[in-house]
Amino acid sequence: MVNLIVNGADFKVEAENGMPLLWAIREQCGLTGTKFGCGIAQCGACTVHVDGRPVRSCITPASSVEGKQITTIEGIAPDKDTLHIVQQAWIEEQTPQCGYCQSGQIMSAVALLNENPTPTDAEIDQAMSGNICRCGMYCRIKSAIKNASQTIQSASTL
Amino acid sequence: MKKWTRRAFIGAGVLAGGTLVIGIAIRPGNRASKVAGLIGKEGETVMNIWLKIAPDNTVTAIIPHAEMGQGVHTALAMMLADEMDADWSKVKFQEAPAAKEYANYAVAKGFIAGNADFPKFLEGTIDGIFLTAVKSMNFQITGGSASVRFTGQYAMRIAGAAAKSMLIQAAADTWNVAPEELRVDKSIINHPSSKRSATFGELAEAAAKVKEPKQPELKSQDEFTIMGTSKPRFDIPAKVTGEAKFGIDAVVPGMKYATIKAAPVFGSKVKSVDTTISISQSGVKKILNMGNAVAVVADGYWQSKMALDTLSIEFETTENDQINQEDIFAGYRKAMDTALSEGDLEKHLKSGDVKEAFENAVNVIEAEYQLPFLAHATMEPMNCTAWVHEGKCELWCGSQNPLGVRAEIAELLEMDLENVTVHNQLLGGGFGRRSETDVIKQAVLIARELDFPVKLIWSREEDTQHDVYREATISRMKAGLDESGQPIAYDHQFIFKHHPPEAADIPYDIPNQLIQYSSPKSFVPWGNWRSVDHSTHGFLTESFIDEMAHAAKQDPLSYRRNLTKNDARFQKVLDLVQEKSNWASPLPANWGRGIAIAQSFGSIVAEVAEVEVNVEGKVKVHRVVCAVDAGFAIHPDGFIAQMESGIIYGLAAAMTGEITIENGAVVQGNFHDYPVTRMEDAPKIETYILNSGNPPGGAGEPSTPLIAPAVTNAIFNAIGIRVRQLPISKNDLRLSIRPTT
Repeated sequence: MVNLIVNGADFKVEAENGMPLLWAIREQCGLTGTKFGCGIAQCGACTVHVDGRPVRSCITPASSVEGKQITTIEGIAPDKDTLHIVQQAWIEEQTPQCGYCQSGQIMSAVALLNENPTPTDAEIDQAMSGNICRCGMYCRIKSAIKNASQTIQSASTL
Repeated sequence: MKKWTRRAFIGAGVLAGGTLVIGIAIRPGNRASKVAGLIGKEGETVMNIWLKIAPDNTVTAIIPHAEMGQGVHTALAMMLADEMDADWSKVKFQEAPAAKEYANYAVAKGFIAGNADFPKFLEGTIDGIFLTAVKSMNFQITGGSASVRFTGQYAMRIAGAAAKSMLIQAAADTWNVAPEELRVDKSIINHPSSKRSATFGELAEAAAKVKEPKQPELKSQDEFTIMGTSKPRFDIPAKVTGEAKFGIDAVVPGMKYATIKAAPVFGSKVKSVDTTISISQSGVKKILNMGNAVAVVADGYWQSKMALDTLSIEFETTENDQINQEDIFAGYRKAMDTALSEGDLEKHLKSGDVKEAFENAVNVIEAEYQLPFLAHATMEPMNCTAWVHEGKCELWCGSQNPLGVRAEIAELLEMDLENVTVHNQLLGGGFGRRSETDVIKQAVLIARELDFPVKLIWSREEDTQHDVYREATISRMKAGLDESGQPIAYDHQFIFKHHPPEAADIPYDIPNQLIQYSSPKSFVPWGNWRSVDHSTHGFLTESFIDEMAHAAKQDPLSYRRNLTKNDARFQKVLDLVQEKSNWASPLPANWGRGIAIAQSFGSIVAEVAEVEVNVEGKVKVHRVVCAVDAGFAIHPDGFIAQMESGIIYGLAAAMTGEITIENGAVVQGNFHDYPVTRMEDAPKIETYILNSGNPPGGAGEPSTPLIAPAVTNAIFNAIGIRVRQLPISKNDLRLSIRPTT
């Protein structure tokens, strides 16, 4: 048994044989917003935060993050009725198409903006190129990150 | 708009509680009651349904298509709502059940048999893509960039217009006034002179008693108020919160998980599998030898994958075991040579006298092109949850063809269609892959052996190695030019013809043409890949016309313009892309521009790519300008998004996309060896839409075929090397080997 703290809640999961965090989150915690894409940290669809930093949950053994603060797409909004700034920007830019990769995209974008609220295009490229979008919505993902960045800046200058 | 069909019957009914439902039965004999049970509540009797109007004044559009990111639920609801003059804020949608009444057959047949007012070139598309559909009737496919063009135009709009007409009549009857005196505004019907008004919801029950109009009047494009605007898509909010449910997210109480390994060599079978050791592994419930694959059922995906990986499986040898990629291409060349020498090439098109024209040509150019197999690589790996119990089968999956799934599974399990239910989920990418039923059949065959539901998930490796692939091809092209550089003869021999059948046609005015093909045997499974045959012919035609322009020493864009003089739509798209791309403006050294244009799925798209090739030969696509005659873009922002998407999808294939066969099996397995475009490689894309007044064109596919030739033509423009083999990464483009000019 491994004790996980996901979005502030405690879960006891069976995670033998190095079971990656991804499968514990999806199948045992019942949080399906985090997606399986490749299983080898190539596509970013499974991105979650561990103690605030983005990790690929498909190659991170669940046992290695016991007791740490794990945040998934379901846990980034400030409360039930308010979206995270990045989620809001994603809607404003009408970013997703199929949407399958978007949880991972948003988790990477949130981590980027937490580190660097005013990223340049090159910094966005660098932070986001681990996340594949087969619908090819890279222009919109970039626009949405800039949109969120502006919201953060205008909030901080108030 | 002209008469839409002779054969359609509009019907209406009312559900308990006063909800009006409007349906169109395009086929005689459509049984109403069955559909009512599927989408109505409390067992009311209606016929096939495209919309519901509830007493609270909400309008619900019933959309018979799968959402895979193309925004179909929103766009089709817009088409219906606009014809009704509905209040968009009160419009909802519901995905139609997988039921025969929603088969494309109904729509396709309606305008094939009826007084169709669709352009001639679409006939081919219908014949190709819908051929099986029209025959089988069990086809509710989302594909062929067809939802807006067919269902939207021939079902949603008509249903909306019929509803409006009936609501007006109901108000006129209630108030004892002439219908002409009534005005409709945002789901409210007004009688201005008496200042009376009523909502659609209030009139719904009375409207159901009105005789249905035979041919409701549709709006002309200049009367649209909702169509042509970019309403926020219905599906997006849930996709940013993680709440959106894809096939892989289905949760059925008591379900277990399975994963599978099919025989690596296509056509091979399982010879033996040692099941004795692994069955005792933690969480493993069952190991199944499925003939051509081995599946493991366990408490979770990870447990099943771990167990599967430790199994010792032996596969039978086959005649395909020794086949490598180069053998496949050599086989194609040999097949083409043989067919040519024996006169066995099948004719695609013949016009004029090609032999004589070549004799008269002053300049003859020839080229051979080669394209690789391509996998779909949808973000969501293949999966399906199945539960076979009590003589019934329930399925949870994301399918482009849920009705086809029902029919095939009913046949597989020897059940009545009624006993197979498909709970269609969102699709994590379709691109043609999710019109197949292979994974679903596997899940069902596994579930049949279990007394609990099972979710089958393919690994990414299984997904890459057991796809149905875009065909690899060889193509031979030859053109004869006269003294002014004008082409007078065109000869094209290609391998494999699928659909749409017009894909190998060229838009260029060349008087003598011979286009032929052969269809050698292939053991690599084929499937629809975004834009299907256009994905190959876009590259072939648009590369070779560029070679002709170069041989004629003419500007490639002007050359295309001269050869499409008689097509006003092409001329306008070329003008637009020329202007927006600053076609003639200078570029730095080792940069180049390339153009490509084609008509596919009802839209005419031109793309200009701006590329840089560095000294090591690495290609960077900086900018793509896309101009498109969309006919009429129902949802412009969605249309632009689809153009961007098709370009990036095609770019991934053009730059690095290549599935190769070694010893009869696919070599590549995951995104490290089947790389796709990432943000750092994604060009800036500018899309410009031309609403030409023609019927709406397709959006999902028409931008894909052109990006490869736009980029390779730009590479030629930049460094003078002609890329005739895809992917581009196979070509040596280093500075040291470039021609000196």
